[in-house]
Amino acid sequence: MNTLAEPSYRSRVGYQAGLLGGFALLAAALLVMGDIATRDTIALREAEDLKATLTQVIPAELHDNDLLEATVPLVDDTGRTVTVYRALRGGAVSALAFPVVGKGYAGEIRLMLGVDPEGRILGVRVIAHSETPGLGDKIELAKDDWILDFDGRALGAPPAARWAVAKDGGDFDQFSGATITPRAVVRAVRAGLERFAAERSRLIVAPDRLDTAEE
Amino acid sequence: MSQPQPTDWRRIAADGIWNNNVVLGQALALCPLLAVTATATNGLGLGLASTLVMTLSGVLVALVRSLVTAEVRIPVFILVIAVLVTLVDLAMNAWLHDLHKVLGLFIPLIVTNCAILGRAESFASRNPVLPSAFDGLMMGIGFTLVLVALGAVREIIGSATLFADASLLLGESMAFLELTLIPDYPGFLLAILPPGGFLALGFMLAGKRLIDTRRARIRARGATAAPV
Repeated sequence: MNTLAEPSYRSRVGYQAGLLGGFALLAAALLVMGDIATRDTIALREAEDLKATLTQVIPAELHDNDLLEATVPLVDDTGRTVTVYRALRGGAVSALAFPVVGKGYAGEIRLMLGVDPEGRILGVRVIAHSETPGLGDKIELAKDDWILDFDGRALGAPPAARWAVAKDGGDFDQFSGATITPRAVVRAVRAGLERFAAERSRLIVAPDRLDTAEE
Repeated sequence: MSQPQPTDWRRIAADGIWNNNVVLGQALALCPLLAVTATATNGLGLGLASTLVMTLSGVLVALVRSLVTAEVRIPVFILVIAVLVTLVDLAMNAWLHDLHKVLGLFIPLIVTNCAILGRAESFASRNPVLPSAFDGLMMGIGFTLVLVALGAVREIIGSATLFADASLLLGESMAFLELTLIPDYPGFLLAILPPGGFLALGFMLAGKRLIDTRRARIRARGATAAPV
C-alpha cells in the first residue's frame, strides 16, 4: 500500500494484534454506549407503536385503561408465549388483543387480532410481513381493505368449513395471483380464535383493580 | 510513490456521479440495489442512508489510516463501518422513529454493501479526511441517482405510479411527488419482481456504455481534427 519506509515496529505481530484488538475494544465500547444512550427511548417508541396497533383493533370507546397494563400471557399453538392486551371498561374486560402468526409465502406474517369477550373479531391488522410487493401485500390496510373483511366474524360465523379462502370453498376472497398469503392469514386468524375460545374463561376474568380510579 | 498532489475536486465528483459510479462503473452493491428498487421512494431511502454512511466512513477511515497497517486494514475497516451503521441505526430508531420505520429495513443492508468497504479501501485509506468525505458524498449521490432512476423505471412500468408513499419518507410537504400516471393500471408484475430489476439494470448499464463510447468517439474525432 505505502512504499514509504515504515517504522519497523509496525511490521511486528504484536503491533498488528494490538491494533486489531484495540479497534475491537473501541468498537465494543462505542456500541455499549450507543445502546445505553438509546435503549430507553427505543423502548418508549416501540411501546407507542404497539399502542398505535392496538388502538386499530380495539375501538377507543371500549376501554378506560392503558392497553399495555392489563396483560396476561397466553401460550399459542406453536408453543410461543404471547401477551394478551386487555381493554377494561368499568373494571370488566371489554376487549382483548393478541398477536397471531401465519406462515406466508415468504416467511412469517405477524398479525394483531382484536376480539370482544364473546370471541367476535373487532379487527385484524398486519404488523409485519415479507410477502411479494404488488401481490401478497394487499393484506396491508394501506394497500387494500381486504383485511376489514374479518370485522364482526367469529368461530361459527361463517361455519368452520367456510373459514377459508374462496379457492378452498370458504368465504374469504383470495387475490388474483396470490392465494398462499390470504390463506395463511385466514388460517392464522382462525387458529387465534380457537385458541381464544379454549382459554376464554381464564382470559376474560378481570384483573383485581388495584389503583384504578373509580368510574 | 504518491507525491501529495492538490486535490482534484471536480474529478472526484465526476468519478462518483458518472465515470466510476458505484453501480454503473464498479458494478458494486447490486444486491441491495435489486432488493429495494421496486419503487423510486425506496430507492431514495436506501440512497440517502448509504450516502450518510459512506461520507462518515470516509472520514473515519481517513482519520485512522496512518495507524492501520496493510495486513489488518480490512478487518479494521469492517469494524469501523459496522459500528457506524449500528450507531446510525440505533440513533435513528430512537430519535427519528417515523423515518426509521420506513428506512429501518435498509440500514442493516448497508453493512453488506461492498461499495462502502470498496471506497474505504481504494480511496479513504490513501487520502486525507476532507477529500475522503467528499468522495463518500459523491459516490453516495451517484448511487442514489441510480437507485432512484431504477426505482422510477420499475415503478412506472410495474404499477404506473411514481414516488408512491414519498410523504412517509420525506414528510407531508413532499406529498406532491406522489403521482399516479395511469389510473386503474392492471400492473406489470415482472417489473416489480427481481427479474424486472435485472432487466432494467441491464439496460441502464448498456446505456452508460453507449454514451461513454459515443463521447470517446467524438473526443477522438475532435483530437484528430483539432488543429484547424
